[in-house]
Amino acid sequence: MSRPPSPTPARWFKALRRTRLGDPCLKTYPLESVDLLKRARVAFQAGRTVKENFRLAQLEAVVQMLEEHECDFVDALGRDLRKPRFETVVSELILVKNEAVYAINNLKKWMQPQKVERNLSTTLDDCLVISEPLGVVLIIGTWCSPVQMCLVPLVGAIAAGNCAIISPSECTVHTTELLHRLIPFYLDNECFHVILAGMSDLPEVIELKFDHVFFTGNKEDGSKIALAAARTLTPVTLILGGKNPCYVDQHCDISTTVQRIAWARFHNAGQSLVAPDYILCHTDVKARLVQALKCCLMEFYGSNPQESRSFGRIVNLEIFNRTRDILWRSGKVAVGGHVIEAEKYIAPTVLTDVAESDLVMQKEIFGPVLPILTVNNVDEAIGFINKQEKPLCVYAYSTNGKVISRLMSETCSGSFCSNDCILQSVMVALPFGGVGASGMGSFHGRYSFDTFSHKKSCLLRSARFECVTYLRYPPFEDRNLSLMTWASSLSQKSQGWCQIM
Amino acid sequence: MVTLEPIIHLSRELLPTPKFFFGLTTNRSRVGHLPLEKMESQSQVLERLRTAFESGVTIPEKFRRTQLTNLMSMIKDNEEQIVNALHKDLTKPKFEAILSEVDIVMNELHYALSNLTSWMQPEYVSKNLATKLDDCFVRREPLGVVLIIGPWNYPMQLLILPMIGAIAAGNCVVIKPSEVSAATDNLITELMPKYLSKDCYAVVRGGPKETQALLKNRFDHIFYTGSQAVARVVLQAAAVHLTPVTLELGGKCPCLIYGRVNATAAAHRLVWAKFFNAGQSCVAPDYVLCSKATRDALVPALRQVLEDFYGSDIQKSPDMSRIVTPKHWTRLMGLLNRTKGKVVVGGEHDEKDRYIAPTVVVDVAEDDALMEEEIFGPILPILTIESLEESIKLTKRKEKPLAFYVFSDESSVVKKVLENSSSGGFCSNDGIVHMALPGLPFGGVGNSGFGHYHGHWGFEAFSHRRAVMLRGWALEKLNALRYPPYSDEKLSWLRWTTSPKSCSIM
Repeated sequence: MSRPPSPTPARWFKALRRTRLGDPCLKTYPLESVDLLKRARVAFQAGRTVKENFRLAQLEAVVQMLEEHECDFVDALGRDLRKPRFETVVSELILVKNEAVYAINNLKKWMQPQKVERNLSTTLDDCLVISEPLGVVLIIGTWCSPVQMCLVPLVGAIAAGNCAIISPSECTVHTTELLHRLIPFYLDNECFHVILAGMSDLPEVIELKFDHVFFTGNKEDGSKIALAAARTLTPVTLILGGKNPCYVDQHCDISTTVQRIAWARFHNAGQSLVAPDYILCHTDVKARLVQALKCCLMEFYGSNPQESRSFGRIVNLEIFNRTRDILWRSGKVAVGGHVIEAEKYIAPTVLTDVAESDLVMQKEIFGPVLPILTVNNVDEAIGFINKQEKPLCVYAYSTNGKVISRLMSETCSGSFCSNDCILQSVMVALPFGGVGASGMGSFHGRYSFDTFSHKKSCLLRSARFECVTYLRYPPFEDRNLSLMTWASSLSQKSQGWCQIM
Repeated sequence: MVTLEPIIHLSRELLPTPKFFFGLTTNRSRVGHLPLEKMESQSQVLERLRTAFESGVTIPEKFRRTQLTNLMSMIKDNEEQIVNALHKDLTKPKFEAILSEVDIVMNELHYALSNLTSWMQPEYVSKNLATKLDDCFVRREPLGVVLIIGPWNYPMQLLILPMIGAIAAGNCVVIKPSEVSAATDNLITELMPKYLSKDCYAVVRGGPKETQALLKNRFDHIFYTGSQAVARVVLQAAAVHLTPVTLELGGKCPCLIYGRVNATAAAHRLVWAKFFNAGQSCVAPDYVLCSKATRDALVPALRQVLEDFYGSDIQKSPDMSRIVTPKHWTRLMGLLNRTKGKVVVGGEHDEKDRYIAPTVVVDVAEDDALMEEEIFGPILPILTIESLEESIKLTKRKEKPLAFYVFSDESSVVKKVLENSSSGGFCSNDGIVHMALPGLPFGGVGNSGFGHYHGHWGFEAFSHRRAVMLRGWALEKLNALRYPPYSDEKLSWLRWTTSPKSCSIM
């Protein structure tokens, strides 16, 4: 592992001082990360995070931080993404609070050792599965939902009793700076740290050896992270984007469908991992769909979305250029299409006459662009979806239960939702994660706790009762073997010889 | 499905005895010698399996049951051949082979068949206010084509047990037996296509080169049991395709003996666990930590128990296994020669026979040769550390092992060790058996691996948990609260309806 040149004292001091809101963030050098990791390890070894009281206190501190600094978060996300206050509060703050409260309410239950069914010989023993914390985990956030994707995994990591180092995205500078500034005031300073590292530095940070790495982002970066983790045998959870298909059947309630799709696609100016990426719409219903979308967008954002306070902006010029490129080189604009570079503004846009080979269908769309492709029937739609990589979500709109059922059972994705979008990824009780190219592992609620825990199987035996165990000792005799087999046939088939081991 | 039973029974009558048969196939270089269809290339095999998976044939419960039942027949019908193959590879005594390779697999099969229906059921979750009229559940879906790479120390168990989970979960499976345990490799390659669907399950053979080539392909999950060094290679190959991996690695499993303890009882269980399969188990107690007094009581007990178990001339006992290859034998002898400890029991060895006597070494220091790497052989070092706290600190300085053992009659000692250690599994007053219960997850943590299997955990390891929400069209008025144009009034409503008990009304 190559090390950067040792920072001069002035540079070192600069890196450590807290920045005020509005200043650009300073990087955390890998050398400093080494130090933070060491501190977190020492704190973990000392057993600070293991006690239930500590975990509850930290979770409550997270809730407190979100409540007391709501305005600061709204402001920071406003500067980064021009995110409307409503969206910040609902999709970032309330969501994280819900997770934290859910964890607080269920922590005792989750921390209980699970008793396992015992067999004949272990009746006098204790067979348990204990959830143990892993150690120090690394959480790498993304810029689409910067607060949510850093703090929801953090809630899980805290609940499971770990120490954590968070690396929020370098794209959302103000939100990252805010987290960097606030977290030391609310969470334990030895156990939890925020580092400012870019994608190019992260593989090096991962090679410092963490006990789990949680990454949200795109597929290329995910692969780099997985490779770095592979070198140190670190388990990873990857939440990667994908092109989420949305099938609209000819039998559906168009007005409701359009409202739900439009909300899902255009909130946060289309920058979401779980938004429907493209529509596969039945030929019969396409014209009505486009018309309905036009009306709906007018209702949501007015005749000039640029002036609407409910519509956001693209996070930075790089993503803006990328999305604008995709927009200009694909299909026909049916609704919207205006772009203003100075503001990083792209109007809510609907594209029609899109071919499978168009750029918009080759890359994941991070922007308010919704391509519509037509299919003749459900079979075509399913075939099309299955030709692509497994996405994070598959959506289907239909009043026909059979169609929904077919789409659910004949496709594969991280999650599935019928007649709505995004909600399945927001429910605390449902696991949220990808499969195949959209990632591995899941989180939310209990699943977060399990992701950051190790399930240790424990068998607590007594040495005193040797009456039956002697059968397994050498010198081996066929007689003993037959006895064991005979004894196992007396009981349930599923127990076998370990009955009397 | 055509039943092969009469054909197999008939062919058994006609074939020469198993011993003769395996005499023909011991030459590892004659891989293509087996009387089966022509060897397909790896990519052809994978394509066939992928087509089969995409056709959906592995999804119905009936298919999975049939395959599992056939697997059970395969083990039952060929028990003798399996035992003989294992004897050929590791000189495994029949008792050990049946216990640790045949019965444990049969157990797992019975468990899977009894529980398959309930495992396949969707798991309904508690709903919140807004989703009361909807269906929210988690579906278990198969991943696709999975790869299982087996090791040589328990060549049947550690290959077939994960395979059971993979089949039960509805996947197509490629298995790669270890070429080191050649006879078992041959046997599995011969038997598998006779009992399981050839379209959905395949055996790929070969050494490191073939395995590396195999790993270049894309799988939907890789299950690897073996060493850390190879695990890194597997993980890196998997990372390119973003394939999830389950790693079952070893580690130095410590065995702490403190407090009040019955030396004879502890010696029985310790000897059994340590020298089973000549110490070549990933969960064998690797080294012992105890006080001087305990050691002085333990060593004669160990000596006595070894004599009770294997007789006075252990090399002649049919109940003691051998080391798998000359290379591994040499490695172990190297460790024994370099140790600065004192050999108090055993120490005899025979290179031609690949035999090392059950050996106990005392006065071993923390930086001894025997403490450098996982021993994986019949050598038991005893480190003398007076206090339990110091012992626990020593184990914390080492990597997290696959198993952690403690022998003590005092529950406070057991509790202290349990709460101050981390390992894949934990067992007090015994060794190895904790992995025999299908209800307990078997897996490592840290450098001993990640992921679990056995029983339901195996099913989960090879499944994708897909969250499904089936919404209705009703309550759109309620939904309208979340749509733009945003207003503070709507926000207040949404906030008010958010309560700690139920999720947001979104």
